[in-house]
Amino acid sequence: MQFLLSLAPAYAEIFLLCMICAILLIDLFLTDQQREWTYVLSLLTLLGCFLITAFADPTNDVEPFSDMLVTDPMASVLKLCIYASVAVVFVYSQSYIRSRDMFRGEFFVLALFATLGMLVMVSGSSMLTLYLGLELLSLSLYAMIALQRDSKQATEAAMKYFVLGALASGMLLYGMSMLYGATGTLDLDIMAEVIGAGEADNTILAFALVFIVAGLGFKLSAVPFHMWVPDVYHGAPTAVTLFIGSAPKLAAFAFVMRLLVSGLGASFLVEQWQWMLIIMAVLSLAIGNITAIAQTNLKRMLAYSAISHMGFLLLGVLSGSPEGYAAAMFYVVVYVLTTLGTFGIMLLLSRDGFEAENLDDYKGLNQRSPWYAALMLLLMFSMAGVPPVVGFYAKLSVLWAVIEAGYVWLAVVAVMFSLIGAFYYLRIVKLMYFDTPQDHAPIVSNAPMRIVLSLNGLAVLGFGTFPGVLMAICAYSVALSL
Amino acid sequence: MNLPILSLVIWTPIFAGLAVLFIGDRNPRAARIIALLGSIAGLLVALPLWCLFDIKTPEFQFVESAPWIAAFNVNYHVGIDGMSLLLILLNCITTVLVIIAGWEVIKERVSQYMAAFLILSGLMNGVFCALDALLFYVFFEATLIPMFIIIGVWGGPNRVYAAVKFFLYTLMGSLLSLVALIYLYNAAGGSFSLLHFYDLPLTLNVQIAIFSAFMLAFAVKVPMWPVHTWLPDAHVEAPTGGSVVLAAVMLKLGGYGFLRLSLPITPDASHELAGFVIALSLLAVVYIGLVALVQADMKKLIAYSSISHMGFVTLGIFIFSVQGIEGAILQMISHGFISAAMFLCVGVLYDRMHTRMIADYGGVVNRMPVFAALFMLFAMANAGLPGTSGFVGEWLVILATMKVSFWYAVLGATTLIFGAAYTLWMYKRVVFGEIANPHVAELNDLSRREFFILAVLALFVLVMGLYPAPFGAVLHESVNEILRLAAPGRKLLIGL
Repeated sequence: MQFLLSLAPAYAEIFLLCMICAILLIDLFLTDQQREWTYVLSLLTLLGCFLITAFADPTNDVEPFSDMLVTDPMASVLKLCIYASVAVVFVYSQSYIRSRDMFRGEFFVLALFATLGMLVMVSGSSMLTLYLGLELLSLSLYAMIALQRDSKQATEAAMKYFVLGALASGMLLYGMSMLYGATGTLDLDIMAEVIGAGEADNTILAFALVFIVAGLGFKLSAVPFHMWVPDVYHGAPTAVTLFIGSAPKLAAFAFVMRLLVSGLGASFLVEQWQWMLIIMAVLSLAIGNITAIAQTNLKRMLAYSAISHMGFLLLGVLSGSPEGYAAAMFYVVVYVLTTLGTFGIMLLLSRDGFEAENLDDYKGLNQRSPWYAALMLLLMFSMAGVPPVVGFYAKLSVLWAVIEAGYVWLAVVAVMFSLIGAFYYLRIVKLMYFDTPQDHAPIVSNAPMRIVLSLNGLAVLGFGTFPGVLMAICAYSVALSL
Repeated sequence: MNLPILSLVIWTPIFAGLAVLFIGDRNPRAARIIALLGSIAGLLVALPLWCLFDIKTPEFQFVESAPWIAAFNVNYHVGIDGMSLLLILLNCITTVLVIIAGWEVIKERVSQYMAAFLILSGLMNGVFCALDALLFYVFFEATLIPMFIIIGVWGGPNRVYAAVKFFLYTLMGSLLSLVALIYLYNAAGGSFSLLHFYDLPLTLNVQIAIFSAFMLAFAVKVPMWPVHTWLPDAHVEAPTGGSVVLAAVMLKLGGYGFLRLSLPITPDASHELAGFVIALSLLAVVYIGLVALVQADMKKLIAYSSISHMGFVTLGIFIFSVQGIEGAILQMISHGFISAAMFLCVGVLYDRMHTRMIADYGGVVNRMPVFAALFMLFAMANAGLPGTSGFVGEWLVILATMKVSFWYAVLGATTLIFGAAYTLWMYKRVVFGEIANPHVAELNDLSRREFFILAVLALFVLVMGLYPAPFGAVLHESVNEILRLAAPGRKLLIGL
């Protein structure tokens, strides 16, 4: 009993793992007509996890598995967001993967395994667990991209992602091993103490830091470690791109927080990684926004836009204050919300044998469906950071933190690049509203998708009108977790 | 009497707009009627402001305040002074007229057209009411979205270029002011209240940086030379209603911003850089006046004339005297009526002939005498004829300028010559003379709907021109307060 109680912070992960195994087995006995059950079970699993995390005590001090996992309010909030976004991914992808012969148990099981990986990343308090979570996530993603095995593009994307991802994991591991050498521990809290006491060799720490930041940069898709992003976004089936572009960003944020802030948060180290992040952030903003303008494929455009958004996220992290971390967390939550909606529209417009991934496919959407065009309009303005939609407040809170940290010039650079960014989001609005449609096919979708997509779009407006709640949640959870 | 009047003024049009959107295009007639009712409701809820406004106090009135983003001490804080009052009323009246003006002309996507104007109207009311800098910024930026759609969907052949240019220019201007506002937020110890900003001591260098950021935002909006180039494009491509709202109300956001933010928050920088702004204003008045003279397109001509007239506004503001600023505000209001009327007149012709080129017209008076008479009045008002509203503001500004410098006043006064030249010359070529071609010969005079709109505007132009006293009275205390806040050295922090 004592043992079971000590596992409390990991209940959600354990439940998820059990359910994954169950789904894997059940799926074996289902015919193609009954496959619906896998889908329903996966959603129920996520619902279960959601309830477990929502009702768990986030301030529980028990750290199960010899302090390998922690639970804190930040982790709980991020986990809830992860469940929600994975569930939304399932709802959006359902008809898409069904028409592409991907509606199989593997899709759901791999996605759930990836979710498990994310949960571990979010709660990991030791380098070992963090790495374990990361690999669980990455390996599932590699396989998911290649799920459409007849597609050359998808296979190429999976290969690229795998090779570069392995390289980045290698760098990360190398950095971790140096940290272990310098501090003699894998536990992040103890590591921070050792470093704070000045007992670690600074040269080794500096080297380790470079490798860690490089590895993180890859996972966050920040320039100059961004090369894989456009190809993977483009090559993967849209449903998988949606998955890659959403929940893992939440986990990556947590990963950065755990490693850089909890582990390497000593002030003399902060000064060092701050400058690395500044360079990465500015480059990401520049290259992401400028290259996105030249894209004609919406998925590639969103890939570059993702790069620029990660630049903004890094701005929040590098301001090195609780406000900055809260701003970054708010930013990533908003980004995931917006990305889900955007890819949702893309999936909505795709149908049998047709991928709505070229910009021209969005021409005249307003005449085909004013409602979805209006939702896409809100999503695009949210991405561009124009009030009154929520993307503006995300940018605002990051700029807030950056200016408070004294980097006014950085804020100026950031707004200038978001001005450039506004151009390509505007182009989508222009295509939808100002042009006449080329494609007159009726837009068909199932009811859950319509409802969730509409809610998703309205949430962007709703959180924009009343941004206070979400901002406060992020601020409190970060403040309580540090 | 604790009705939240200002909230009603802001949200009535917005919700009416959303309602119209939901009706959709299946029933365009219902959409039109609901839009009209919504805009009239918007005007009606704004009327109590005029009746209950206390002209004896410099304080903000009808104040409402509620926490909005509590964690960051951002408040939904609204209130108005005399300047906001006039601009809100201008906005509400314009909205009704624009909805009526689009009644038959707009045949495609009617509900979206009407909704865009209603939402835009509510958002602009929000700008004029906001006393919290973030709220101000949110409304200020949000106005871009409906206008972008209006220009892009219902505009002319080159509408995409014009819409994108409009959006990016204005966004560029305002993004830097966002950085400035956040800086002020931190400096004020975590508050976005404009009232706190007014009393915040700042060093000269910081003031100049903040002033420059604001300047960029508002100068683009006004627009001042040399960032004016988006306006002719936007005007030419926009549908008539879009041009009307753009010229009559949206440009005023810039002038309003100068008076509400720049002058009181950075008084020393404003005085320091006044010469620069005045130079730009005079350039606009003289140079753009000359540019207007050679335009072949009527809408473009009026667009340039707008820039030139708005140059007068910034000139009046940066003279820092009661007459100058009152003149500037009256000029804004009057220009709101006159430019709206001018664009509507061009719209009347365009709807019949589908051309805006001056060369395609001639002898219109023979077929459209009523129209010609009204157009004459507005042309005269645009040229600043005494007895029309166009005269009042310009006269006050020239008077105030004369006290500062004779040569400024001379340069400024050239507008009376250029304005008369380009407006009346255009009028002569379009309206007088023999009937130029068979198309003109087929013209019909104003419909009742068109006559109503132009007559209402004519009434305002004349009333304001003949008896401007009530407008001045509303403004007087507010202008004194702005000048008190804009006094140099009031909040200058000595040091780095």
